[in-house]
Order: sequence, then C-alpha cells, then structure tokens
Amino acid sequence: MFRVAGYRLHVNPNPQLATRNKQIMKQFIGFLHKEFLHIFRDPRTMVIIFGLPIIQLLLFGKVINTDLQDSKIAILDQSHDNTTREITSKLLSSGYFILDQELMPGADVEDVFRKGKAKMVIDFEQNFEQNLERDGKANVQLLADASDPNTARILTNYASAIINDYIQKEKLQNIQLPYQINTEVRMLYNEGLKSVYMFVPGIMAMILMLISAMMTSISISREKEMGTMEVLLASPLKPIQIVLGKVTPYLLLSFINAVTIILIGTLVFGVPIKGSIVFLIAESFLFILMALSLGILISTIAPNQMVAMFVSVLMLMLPTILLSGFMFPIENMPTPLRILSNFMPPRWFIIIIKNIMLKGTGILYVWKETLILITMTFVFIGLSVKNFKIRLE
Amino acid sequence: MDKQNNDPKSAVHCESISKKYDEIEALKNINFSVNPGEIFGIIGPDGAGKTTLFRILTTLILADSGTASVDDFDVVNDYKEIRKQVGYMPGKFSLYQDLTVEENLNFFATVFNTTIEENYELIKDIYQQIEPFKNRRAGKLSGGMKQKLALSCALIHKPSVLFLDEPTTGVDPVSRKEFWGMLKSLKAQGITILVSTPYMDEASLCDRIALIQNGQFLKIDTPKNIVAQYENKLWAVQSDNMYKLLTDLRANELTNNCFAFGDKHHVSVSNEQLTMNSLKETLDRLEHTNIEIREIEPTIEDCFMQLSQK
Amino acid sequence: MNNPTQHNSNKVIIAENLTKKFGNFKAVDHISFEVNRGEIFGFLGANGAGKTTAMRMLCGLSIPSDGKGLVAGYDIGTQTELVKKNIGYMSQKFSLYEDLTVAENIRFFSGIYGISPAERKEKQEKLLKDLDLESSKDSLIGSLPLGWKQKLAFSVAIFHDPKIVFLDEPTGGVDPITRRKFWDLIYEAADRGITVFVTTHYMDEAEYCNRVSIMNAGRIEALDTPENLKKQFGAKNMDEVFLKIARNVE
Repeated sequence: MFRVAGYRLHVNPNPQLATRNKQIMKQFIGFLHKEFLHIFRDPRTMVIIFGLPIIQLLLFGKVINTDLQDSKIAILDQSHDNTTREITSKLLSSGYFILDQELMPGADVEDVFRKGKAKMVIDFEQNFEQNLERDGKANVQLLADASDPNTARILTNYASAIINDYIQKEKLQNIQLPYQINTEVRMLYNEGLKSVYMFVPGIMAMILMLISAMMTSISISREKEMGTMEVLLASPLKPIQIVLGKVTPYLLLSFINAVTIILIGTLVFGVPIKGSIVFLIAESFLFILMALSLGILISTIAPNQMVAMFVSVLMLMLPTILLSGFMFPIENMPTPLRILSNFMPPRWFIIIIKNIMLKGTGILYVWKETLILITMTFVFIGLSVKNFKIRLE
Repeated sequence: MDKQNNDPKSAVHCESISKKYDEIEALKNINFSVNPGEIFGIIGPDGAGKTTLFRILTTLILADSGTASVDDFDVVNDYKEIRKQVGYMPGKFSLYQDLTVEENLNFFATVFNTTIEENYELIKDIYQQIEPFKNRRAGKLSGGMKQKLALSCALIHKPSVLFLDEPTTGVDPVSRKEFWGMLKSLKAQGITILVSTPYMDEASLCDRIALIQNGQFLKIDTPKNIVAQYENKLWAVQSDNMYKLLTDLRANELTNNCFAFGDKHHVSVSNEQLTMNSLKETLDRLEHTNIEIREIEPTIEDCFMQLSQK
Repeated sequence: MNNPTQHNSNKVIIAENLTKKFGNFKAVDHISFEVNRGEIFGFLGANGAGKTTAMRMLCGLSIPSDGKGLVAGYDIGTQTELVKKNIGYMSQKFSLYEDLTVAENIRFFSGIYGISPAERKEKQEKLLKDLDLESSKDSLIGSLPLGWKQKLAFSVAIFHDPKIVFLDEPTGGVDPITRRKFWDLIYEAADRGITVFVTTHYMDEAEYCNRVSIMNAGRIEALDTPENLKKQFGAKNMDEVFLKIARNVE
C-alpha cells in the first residue's frame, strides 16, 4: 500500500496468488488454442457452425411469410351483373387471390373444399346489383376452409376489406343512400377456428416421422459400431431379411404411438374424426412404414449412430416443421421451396389426415397422396436393400 | 509360394492377394495355403494386415488383386456358399451385449439354420464352462467368458473352417492358455482353424505359422523349421545390472544385436572371433558381477525380429 | 504450499489400505504398498482384477472410498489437483491428439503443465533429436506409424519432468522391436530419477521391472522382485508365477 497524490493504491498483497492466476490463465488459453485447432481441422464442425445458420436463416425467412398471396378461390356468382363482376375483378387483381374456378349455381361447394382446390368460395346472391340499388343492401357469403383457421381468417378478412373498400370508393359517390354489403362469413370444418385442428395432424406427422425414422436409423448404425454387423454379414442372412427384420418390430410399436396420438387428439382436444377410423389407422400405418424405411435408408448411409441421429433429427425435423404445410402455408413459399416441399412425406400425410378427420373424405379424395406415400415407401426400402453393403466397405 | 500340402483340396488358398487403403498398402502380394485340419497361425503386431486378410477370406471385403478360396469356393464369386460354412470370430468378440448367453447362442443358431442341440457335442466342452451363467447378459461377462461364448457362437453350425481374429487379445494369460487348449480339441474334430495373434509365444501352439509385418509375410513354415532357420548363434546373457549390460553388449563391436528378453538379454552372434569366454572377460572388466552366458535356441520372437530387420 | 508429510521424499507412492467400492462391489480391497524413487514398478493383474481402478485413484482421478494414499507427496483424497500436476500419464487408448501436429501437441501439454515457452523450445529440440523425429515436427500425429506415436506419447508424458509417470498398457499390440525400444526409453527415464509405474499384459516385460505386484479380485496377492517371486512360487518365469497365483486363488 502506498500513497500517490493522496490516494491509497493497493498493490496485490499476495504475489503468489497473482502467479497462480497467471498460470491458470495460461492453461486456459493453451486449451482454447487446442480447441480452435480441432474445430478448424474438422470439416463437419465448420459446416455446422457456418453453413447451417445461413441455410436456416434463408429457409426461415422465406418460409415464415404470414402475408398470403395468390390463394386459390372459387367464385359462385349467382348474378353475373356489373357489380359482381367489378367486385370479382377487384378481388382478383388485389394479388391476394387467384381464381381456381367459377362455380355454376347449384354446384357442390363442399366438393371444392374436399378436393382441396380452393381455400375460399365467394358466393354472390342472385340479383346482387338490383338488391343493392333498390334496397341498399346485398348479400355475399364468404365460405372458407377453416381446417387451417389462420389462413381462413386472413382470407376472409382480405375479402371483406376489399369488398368494403369497393363500396367506399365506387358506390358512395351518391351520399344519399348508404350502401351496405353484408358479408356473411362461414368457416367450414372448423367453426370455432380452433388452431388445434391444424396442429394435431401436423404434430402427429412430425412425431411419427421423427420417432420412427430415428429409431430405425440408429439400429443398423449400432450394429456396425458394436461390430456385430461383421458377424451377421459373414452369415447366410440376406440383406432383405436384415432390413425387414429391423423395420417390423418398430412398425408394431409405432402403431401404438399413432393410436395414442389420435385418441388424445379427439378426447382431449376435441378434434373430430368425421371419416372412417379404420381408414385413418390404415393411412397412419402406411406413413409409419414409410418413416421406418426412411430411417433404415439413413442407417445404411450413416457410418455411426451419432451421424444417423444427427441426420434424422436435423434433416427431418426442420423440413417437417417448415416445409410440410404444417405451420406455414405452402402456397406462399417461393417456387424452389414449394418444389422441395413436394418431397416431404409429412406434407402429403397431413393432407390425408386433415381430409379424413375434418372433412370426412374417403380414399377417392386422397388417392393421389396415398399413392405418393406408397411410392416413397417402396423407393426407400428398395434403396436400403440396394445400399445395404453385403461387404464391409 | 507355399505348396506343402499333398491334399487335392486346400482348406484356404491365397494367391497374390493385395489390398490398399488410400495410400497405405495393407496387404502386399500374399500367397499361402492352409491344409484341412490344420491350426494355422498368422503372427504379427497391430497394423500388420491380419484383420484385413481375415476380412478378405471371410468375404467381408474385396481384395484389390489376386484370388482366394475357402474350401475351394472363390471368395468373390461364391461368397454365399462360404458364408454358410465358415465360422468367424472378429476382434473384440462382437456379441450382443444386452442379450444373455443363451439368447446370443440361440440367435446365431437360427441365423445359421441350425439349433443348439444339433451340434452340441462340438461346443459342449466350451459351453459347459459358461453354462452356469447362461442367463447373464453378455455385456456383464468377464473377458475370458466372452471369449468362450464368442467361440461357441462361431462353432454352432459346425463350420468346416474357423477364422479367429485376435481371439486372445486383451484377455488374461490364464484364459489365453485355456483357449488354446480348446482349439487343440477342436482340431481333433477335423475343423481347420486360422488364428491371428500378436503374441509370439502362442506361435508354438500352431501347426504352421505365417509371420506378418507391414502387409507382407516374412516366412511361412512350422514353428520348428522357422527356429531352425535362424541365422547366427543366440546367447542368453545375464548380470546383476541388466540395464548397463544392455548398453555394454550393444556397444560391443563383435555382437550383431542385442535385445532384452525378460530377465535375460538375447545376443545374436555371427563373428567367429567372439567366444563366450571372451565375452565374459569383457563384461568382467566392465565391472559386471554374476555373469551368466548360455547358448539358447531362438524363440519365434527372436526369429520375427531378425526377419523384420532384413 | 508446503506439505508437512512430504518428508519422505524417497517414497513416491505410499498406499495404505486403499479401497474403492461401487455400491456393494469392492473393486479395490484394502491394498497397501510403497514405491521408491527411480523404481520401475510393474502393476500386474488380469482384466477386472482392479488394476485400472487402483491406478485411477493413484492418479487423482477417483476418490478412494477408504484408506489413504500419497503420490509424489500429495494426498490422493484431498489434494488431487497437486497430484495431477506432479505426475505423467500415458495409456494405450489415448496418447496424443491425432489431428494436431507433433509441435502442437507438445505446445498444448506444455501449457497445461505450466512450462514456459522458452523452456518448451529447448526441451522440444532435445526430445525430437533424441527420438530422431526432427523432420516430423509439423506432421500430424495421425500420420505417424504406431511405434513412433508410442515413443512420442511417452516423451510428452514426461516432458514436464514429473516425479512419477503412470503407463497403462503402453505396448499393447506393438511389434517386438518397437516394444523393446519403448522399454529403452523407460530405462532412461528411470535412470534420470523418474519413477515408472507400468501395467502390462506381457509377462516378459514384468521381468524388466525392479518390483512387481500382482492383483487379483481387488487384492494384492504378491509383491516382490521378479527374482524373489520366481523363487517363492518355484517358477521359471513370470508367466508361470502369474498362472500359479491365478490358479491358487480360483
């Protein structure tokens, strides 16, 4: 302790402590140095640190786009007068909507939704213009597919806003008569706009996909790591026997998972099952089989369990959440991502489940998606057997 | 090229087998034959190429060049036949750790389309030693017991040829001895056995051996013949200060080389000028006490070291 | 920090009733022994006999359940950090970082043990010269042959001139010539006053040790010079001694 300009400065009273601290610091820095060397010399770590965030950011940015554009709608124009045509053209030139089809009066509106072609149907009543000019009131009905309640709400809001805007701008030049267009909104399949109706199918797809694929992906890698794969290979067992032998137990077990999720969805969250339960279970079965086969395929490629798990979780989970239409509408994504989304099995499965549970459709409406899943399953199994090295290298 | 067998059919036959991994030549031009019913040892340190050779013979990997056959079946074209007939015990035993002894055995029996009962006679002596533990998980067995279980699993289908890749590595000396005893009784049943090991002292337990180093065979012959072909004389030397003795013997211009061998040093002598007496005198002058010098027969290890230095 | 029990600086290891229990299982059961400075001490025993557990305790990696131990004068129960600073360690499973060069490995371990850069440079030059590895200074460890790796690993383990170095099966699977060259290094180290505590499965290596202890089922069944043990058990070599002990206990 000594005085400088009247102030006391404390010199470290314990020089040994200072040396010790210096040593600890030196050790630490030496260790840091080593760690950096390891990191820079491992290409995989570099990809994860630099490549992954960039990819994720681009993906997220493009996908999380809550502004809806170019949503497909159908118009049921029972009047075909100037007003309805003006409103229609205003709707279609807004950029929010694309015309899927014009429905004839008496058309089965439900069918349009079941087929998944349009997200909203705009129904102009008969003698629309006449009613408006004579009574100052006309009715238009907005029917939306609320199996995706968020989208439904947004679309109906857009449409209502455009229609009201039309009145403000076009018709209120004559202040005498207040014109009013009643927009009646009907949310189909999900009157309460419960988001759980959208979530449960999505979660089901995600969980089944993840767990099934992950389970089988580590299974073959594990045999390779333990060394028992060598012994299996040097035996009369054929690759197809091994592959199917690995898939089957998980198939039976995942099945229980699927039933549980459906039960919880209906009993706890109140998601209806309008369609055939048996059909629902059958489709779930197919999806599980597909996911297991994908897992096996990953397993034949991955050199060890860690890589297998990594690939399963990262490569499957993220795309499932982002690109399957589960949370973010596919229609809004830029074309490359939309194309990529076609290769995501959950995308098709979610359509199937929603159809069965919320819209009560049968095989006729989902045959395309089912066929896609079946094809994927065969491809994965085929590739697994082909990839399955009958030799060690 | 070794063709000492007179039988028309050799259990294992290798011609000009070579294998490269990236830049490293794992095997260079391997040629040899194994007679039916032989215990053939492949002796060499880690990285010599033993495992690579075994994997080629059990059809698990392909050689870059050369041909090989097991029981007259080609390893490339007839691999399916070979896989039905050989027993393979890879390094580290490769058992299912979370299955019990009995479950492991049952599984391998099923894989080879047989049952435990069918060939029980063959594995009886071995299995009886682990039978008291038949409900214990393989992961919880000691090294020696794992060894016996793995051997039983490899024998369950009465193979014609048995490939054992380093079965005694990491196992205590007692179990090692027992294991070789089991191999001898298997040979009596007519099974051809190929064993690889890094332990030179196990070489003498084989009918014929091949010494391997850096992917090449140094010599193929019976242990006796190999010892007989050792060049130079070999002396075992002892004194009270073994470390000093080692440096002194190496410094001596008349000795070829000198290596520590446990409690004695082995000195290789070719120079006629050096006699045991003259060496003793030299050591006396260097203040060694209790000097003992004896001529001895070389061990396989001596032979290996001499051959690998060529 | 001075340790009052450091008076016995000639005894590098003092173990008294050292015990390690895992639940009810006694992996190490009351072992007692001493190791002198500059000795080459062989620590033998079958797999599962408790060797590895005992070594971990002596290296300060595992706290004893019972008993006491002093290594390099420091208590292995309460002064583990000081123990670690004063010992060297090398095993068959791990020696050096494969994806770092020779020089980088030396630099890293020097940093851990607090060797100054100037001192490191000097010792590094000497080490590389002695091992004849000067040209490999900037080679990745992974690219070196096994024999060189082992020798290098040993040299790095004693780089900081510890009082004692622990070697866990350092010569497993190595060819016979390299094995002996490795033992040459061990002899040199012992000559310099570094105590060497080594476990091995090669019974001929047991003969190179000044004294040998043989563990079985957690206990030390024999401890003496190889010469005396052979006389005691009427055996020709250590291999036989080992077999006789193992058979006796069964």
